[in-house]
Amino acid sequence: MADSMASQATGGGAAPGVTKRDFLQLTTTAFAAVGVGAIVWPFIGSLAPAKDVLALASTEVDIGPIAVGQSITVMWRGKPVFVRHRTPEEISLARATPMSELKDPATDQSRVRRDPWLVVVGVCTHLGCVPLGQRSTDTKGDYNGWFCPCHGSHYDTSARIRKGPAPTNLPVPDYTFTSDRALRIG
Amino acid sequence: MGMGLHDSQVSNPVLRWIDQRLPVITMIQKEYGVFPTPRNFNYFWNFGALAMINLMIMIATGIFLAMNYTPHTAYAFDSVERIMRDVHFGWLIRYVHMNGASMFFIVVYIHIWRGLYYGSYKAPRELLWILGVVIFLLMMATAFMGYVLPWGQMSFWGATVITNLFSAIPVVGPTIVTYLWGGFSVDNPTLNRFFSLHYLLPFVIVGVVFLHVAALHITGSNNPLGIEPTGPQDTLPFHPYYTIKDSVGIVVYLAVFAALVFFAPNYLGHADNYIPANPLVTPAHIVPEWYFLPFYAILRAVPDKLGGVLLMGGAIAVLFVLPWLDTSKVRSLRFRPITRVIFMLWTINFFVLTWVGAKPAEQPYVLISQICTMFYFAYFLVILPAMGRFEVAMKLPESISRAVLGAKAGLGGGPMPGAAAAKPMEKA
Repeated sequence: MADSMASQATGGGAAPGVTKRDFLQLTTTAFAAVGVGAIVWPFIGSLAPAKDVLALASTEVDIGPIAVGQSITVMWRGKPVFVRHRTPEEISLARATPMSELKDPATDQSRVRRDPWLVVVGVCTHLGCVPLGQRSTDTKGDYNGWFCPCHGSHYDTSARIRKGPAPTNLPVPDYTFTSDRALRIG
Repeated sequence: MGMGLHDSQVSNPVLRWIDQRLPVITMIQKEYGVFPTPRNFNYFWNFGALAMINLMIMIATGIFLAMNYTPHTAYAFDSVERIMRDVHFGWLIRYVHMNGASMFFIVVYIHIWRGLYYGSYKAPRELLWILGVVIFLLMMATAFMGYVLPWGQMSFWGATVITNLFSAIPVVGPTIVTYLWGGFSVDNPTLNRFFSLHYLLPFVIVGVVFLHVAALHITGSNNPLGIEPTGPQDTLPFHPYYTIKDSVGIVVYLAVFAALVFFAPNYLGHADNYIPANPLVTPAHIVPEWYFLPFYAILRAVPDKLGGVLLMGGAIAVLFVLPWLDTSKVRSLRFRPITRVIFMLWTINFFVLTWVGAKPAEQPYVLISQICTMFYFAYFLVILPAMGRFEVAMKLPESISRAVLGAKAGLGGGPMPGAAAAKPMEKA
């Protein structure tokens, strides 16, 4: 009886010693794993940003009142975004920088949509502090851009990392100009 | 083996290192592996395990709901709707939690019914039974407070009615109610503290469940015949026999649960709770959730306010002393023909109490609830004490194995451990 039952063991079990019990144990374990996955999936899924968070309206920014050389900070998706009305000196300084001096090489033109505006997310790429440089009284660091006081990262006038522990440039968010005096982030 | 280490038999070296210092693996193997369990369990014995699974489901869904719920009167209702609409799978987690509460009471009522029918509350399991009644009380408190949290009309008015009951207590009643409310009516302080306690009590339940199972493992389980196992021929190791049987039960339980959640998620609820709470408008019929209805019926059966409260409390309190009210030496109602019929009538009576608890407090429902309340108490306070003395029980079987296996029980049974062990299916 044991022989005939062993020969009935399915699942490719022509190998000797593979029994029906082995098959049952394997399939039960497989289905249990699927079951656990099916149960865990909705719980983990519920941790993702909810639809009302995702449906956040983009941030509209009126850039008309921003004077040359002035920088403003707006909130976008819970984070600060720096909008700087750059001076011609700041722009030419950024354009003149050789790529070899940059830890995260990127041309100024690739980071700007329309001169003289620079729009970057104001979160240091090291460990997340908000760099100084928005106010006229703030220090702007050695490269005249921004300076992060937490661990000493220096950003230039194109918000690229020049000195300090931050690994990458301040990120440029997705934005469009809705008119000469306004832009929309996100 | 050094001093102070447990003598572990676990083969895997990493697991043995752990087991030597904290013998959890040995404990699991003993309590849920080889634990000798009567071999004649029927499916009524699944419901304890189902209750434990249900508790875990409620805690898991509850914790994730609490990540998105706001316990403030201005935000609570909307935060629940946000869970239903905006949080990914929020509708599922909410409906599982909501219907899980109903499933919990279905499972626990059947579990209690099993205890009543088979005499599981009788010596030596009195404390096991009492711990179970404590769990039942904690469940009711938890469910009551949980229902307040969505801050719908029924949430608010149910909370108002039930907290007002405590004002019936002489002298200190109104002060107690004020302290319960944290104010002069059910309001934000009430909601906030109910949220805190609703989060806390399930973990208290976990603790008492641990004691409940520990007590069970001292006395061993009862069984449908109500006679104690006499040896290994009367028992089976819990694993694999009852792990597999419980798995079958779990599948049926999940099927019922899923049918509710996916096809009728609001069937057991009250539509009025989808209306935000309004302290100025009382709903036409304030009804608690279905699992409270029998006790609500008992409360309203008594025309006196304090009397109603005392009798409603008494309906649970009588369960605490049941082991001493039932004087019969025979455990299982299977062998007590008269009591068994009366108990079936008591069961029907419990359903009638449930039904009448949802009816308005008018005739003829008031009279029905009074008759049913009297029968509810008469069973415990009059019939059971009397039956022990006057009923002639049927002859009990000699042993479990004899009753299950018939005459063959004597052969191959006896004290050989092999008779109780699972035989290998096939090995050539």
